[in-house]
Amino acid sequence: MDAKANVAELRNSGGFLYRINNSYYKPEIYAGIGLVLLSIILSFASPYFLESRNLINLARQISLYAIIASGMTFVILTGGIDLSVGSIVAVTGTFIAGFIKSGMPILVAVILGFGIGLLFGLFNGFIIANTRIPAIIVTLASMSMGRGTALLYSNGYPISGLPNSFKVLGRGYLGPFPIAVYIMVVIFILTYIVLNKTKFGRHVYALGGNEETVRLSGINVRALKMKVYVISGLMSAISGLILASRLGSGQPLSGDGWELDVIAAVVVGGTDIAGGRGTIIGTIIGAFIIGVLNNGLNLLNVSPYLQLVVKGLVIIGAVFVRAGVNKAK
Amino acid sequence: MENILEMKNINKQFYGVQALKNVNFSVRPGEVHVLVGENGAGKSTLMKILSGAYQMDSGEIYFAGEKLDIKTPLDAQERGISIIYQEFNLIPGLSVAENIYLGREPLKKSGLIDWDLLYKNTRELLDRLQADIDPRTLVSQLSVAEQQFVEISKALSFDSKLIVMDEPSATLTPKELERLFAVIRDLKSQGIAIIYISHHLDELFEIGDRLTVLRDGEWITTDNIEDVDKNYIIKMMVGRELTNSYPPREVTPGEVVLEVKNLTREGVLDNISFSLRQGEILAIAGLVGSGRTELVRALYGADPKDSGEVIFKGKPIQIDSPKDSINHGIGLLPEDRKQQGLVLGQSVRNNITLASLDKLIDRMLIRDNKEKEAVHKYIKDLGIKTPSEDILAMNLSGGNQQKVVLAKWLFTDSEILIFDEPTRGIDVGAKYEIYVLMNELTKQGKSIIMISSELPEVIGISDRVLVLHKGRITGEYHRGDLSQEKIMKSAAGEVN
Repeated sequence: MDAKANVAELRNSGGFLYRINNSYYKPEIYAGIGLVLLSIILSFASPYFLESRNLINLARQISLYAIIASGMTFVILTGGIDLSVGSIVAVTGTFIAGFIKSGMPILVAVILGFGIGLLFGLFNGFIIANTRIPAIIVTLASMSMGRGTALLYSNGYPISGLPNSFKVLGRGYLGPFPIAVYIMVVIFILTYIVLNKTKFGRHVYALGGNEETVRLSGINVRALKMKVYVISGLMSAISGLILASRLGSGQPLSGDGWELDVIAAVVVGGTDIAGGRGTIIGTIIGAFIIGVLNNGLNLLNVSPYLQLVVKGLVIIGAVFVRAGVNKAK
Repeated sequence: MENILEMKNINKQFYGVQALKNVNFSVRPGEVHVLVGENGAGKSTLMKILSGAYQMDSGEIYFAGEKLDIKTPLDAQERGISIIYQEFNLIPGLSVAENIYLGREPLKKSGLIDWDLLYKNTRELLDRLQADIDPRTLVSQLSVAEQQFVEISKALSFDSKLIVMDEPSATLTPKELERLFAVIRDLKSQGIAIIYISHHLDELFEIGDRLTVLRDGEWITTDNIEDVDKNYIIKMMVGRELTNSYPPREVTPGEVVLEVKNLTREGVLDNISFSLRQGEILAIAGLVGSGRTELVRALYGADPKDSGEVIFKGKPIQIDSPKDSINHGIGLLPEDRKQQGLVLGQSVRNNITLASLDKLIDRMLIRDNKEKEAVHKYIKDLGIKTPSEDILAMNLSGGNQQKVVLAKWLFTDSEILIFDEPTRGIDVGAKYEIYVLMNELTKQGKSIIMISSELPEVIGISDRVLVLHKGRITGEYHRGDLSQEKIMKSAAGEVN
C-alpha cells in the first residue's frame, strides 16, 4: 500500500488497527491472551493446576530459564542468537561447586565461577562484533566448548557435597516465594528499564532494525554487540549459580537443551527473530507459556515424548498467529 | 487504433481509504504511455492491479480484446503483461539465463536441464536488445543497466505485448539511459506497448507518446505528449500551479567553516581540496561513479581515507568515524534514506533522537517529556506530516522521511549538513518544501554540502558547484556562472 494512503488510513481510523499497526504494536497482547486461555483450560483439566503449591513450584521452575530469556531478548532484538546459554549454566555451576569443594570461601568461589561463565559471553561478543562469522555459528561453537569445559573440569561427574549455606539461594524461601523467583522479578524489572528507558536499550532496538543507520548515527556498533552477548552470558551464569545451589551440586550436564526453551520463550512472547521488534513483557509471558505448558502436561500425565511434540506445535502456532497479524497489516 | 489494454472504472480501497476512484486507463499497441503522478497518486496501485499483485474492488480490464481476470502475477505474465519494478526481481547468485527462465527451464527427455538450449534461447533474447551480455554471467556481476536488460529479456521471453517499467531511469547514467531508450524504441517497433512511470519529466518528452496523469487516486487527464509542456504536467500532478520550482537564494555566504585538503582514497578519490563557507549551499555534481558519495562518506568518516586534512573553523580536526563528525557538528543525510538514514521499523520519535539521546538523559534514564517536547518541536518546525510521533518511519512518505532524517541531525546540533540526493524519490510538491528548508537552515547560519544528480536542482539552489570526474574535481562554478552544459562538460571530464 502507498505510504500516504497508509498514514491517511491510520489517521482516520484511530481504532484497533491503528494501535496494533504502530508503535502501540504489542505482540505480547496475543501471547497474553494465549497464556490466559491455556491457564483456563488447564484449571478445568486438572484440579491441581491452580493450587498455590503448584503455582509456586511453577514459578520456581520458570525462574531459571526466564532469567536467561531476559538476556536472550537483548540478543535477539539486535538480530542475533545465543545457543551457548545452556552450556554456560553448566560451566558456571560446575566451577562454582569445584571451587567450593577445593576450600575457597563461598563468595570467592561464586565470583570466580561467575567470571568463567562470563568469559564465554565475552568470547561470543568479541568474535561476533569483530568478524563476519554469524552469531549462530559462533555460539554453536561456544556451546560445544562450554559443555566440553564443564565435563573436562568435573571429569564428567557431578560435584556434590556442598555446604548447606550454599544451598540457600536455590532452595530458600522469602515469605511465600522461593528466593529465585524474587531474583527473576528483579531482573525483569531491570531489563524493562534498560530496554525502554536507557540509551543502550534504544540502541539495541535500532541495531536490530538497521545496522547501517545506527553506525552512521555515530553509535559504536561493535561495543553494542559485545555488550548484548555479555549480558546473555551474565544471565546464564546467574541461572547456573541458582541451579547449582538448588541441586546442591555442580552438574556438567545441567542446562542441556535449555537454549531451545529460552529461544522459544522469547519468540512465543512476540520478539521478532530478525531483530528490532519485541518486548520484555512478551518474553515474561512467553516464559510462562512454556512453563505452564510443561507443568500442565505433567499434571495431566501426558507422555513426555508427546509433550515435546505439543511444545513444538505451540511455538509454530504462536509465531504463525503473529505473522498472520503482520501480513493483514 | 484498437487499444491493447483497457482498464475501466477501477476502484480499490485500503482500510476505508479510496486508493483508486473510477480510474479509466487505456494503452495502444506500440506506444509508450507515460504514467505520472505524485507519490500516493495511485500509479503503483493501478499497476499492481494490472500485474495481479493486488485485486481490484470493482472495474473491468480488457487486454487484447479479451476480458481479463488476473489473480496472480503469473497469470498476468502468461497473458503477456510484464512489470519491471524499480527493485529488480532477479536472483543475484544465478546466471542471466537461469534468471530469465527461472521455473521454466527447457528440459531434455531425461528431465535434466537442457543447458545448450537455455543459453541459446537467452542469447536470442539478448540479441533482440543488442545487449552484449553473456548468458552465463551471474546477475550479481552485472551493472544496474545490464540487470534492467535482463528484466526486459525476461519480459520478452513471456512474449509480452505490454511491459510496465516503474522508474526505470532512477539509477541509470545518462549513457545507459540512452541505451534504454534505444531498446524501448525497438520494442515499440515490434508492436510492444510500454507503460513508463517516471518522476523525471524531461525523459517523458524524449520517450513518451501519450501521457496520463493520476492525482489522489483519480484519473486527471490523458494527452498526446506533443500537445503538453512541463508546467502543464506539473499543474495537473499537483492540482495547482507551481510558479517557482526553487525558492530564491537570499543568503550571502560568510567565513570559511570547513576546508578539505588533499583528500585521497586509493582508486576512488584523487587529491580533493575544497572549502565550504558559512551559510553556503555547495553542490557536488558528477556522474554516478564519479566519487561524489564516496567523497562525502570519506569526509564524514563512514569510509576510510588514505590521506587528507580537514580543517574546521581554522583548526585541523581528525575524523575517523561518524562519531567524530557528529562531535564536530557534521551530519550526513545519506542517499539511501531507507537503508542508511532511518530505522524504518522504529517510531518517528526514536529516529529523531537516535543520534543524541544523551541530551535527554537525566540520572541514566531517558526523560519522556523532554523527548516529546524536542520531537514535537521538530515535527512542527519542519512540517513533518505524521499523525503522531509514535508512527513508524516506514509509514511516512519519502518527503516526510527525509525531514525525519534532517530532524535527527538538527537535534545533534549539526552546523554542517551533508545532503546526498536530498530529493530522490520525493514528489514535486515535497521537493519544494525541502528546498525551502535548506534555504532556511542556511539563513540560520548552517552550511550545506549537497550531492545531486538533478542538474536543474543543482543550478536552482546552490551557491557554488564542484564537479567531479573519476574522483577528481574537474570544474568549479559560482552561481550566475552556471549552466547545465558547463556542468555536463566537466562531469564528462572535458577540461575547459
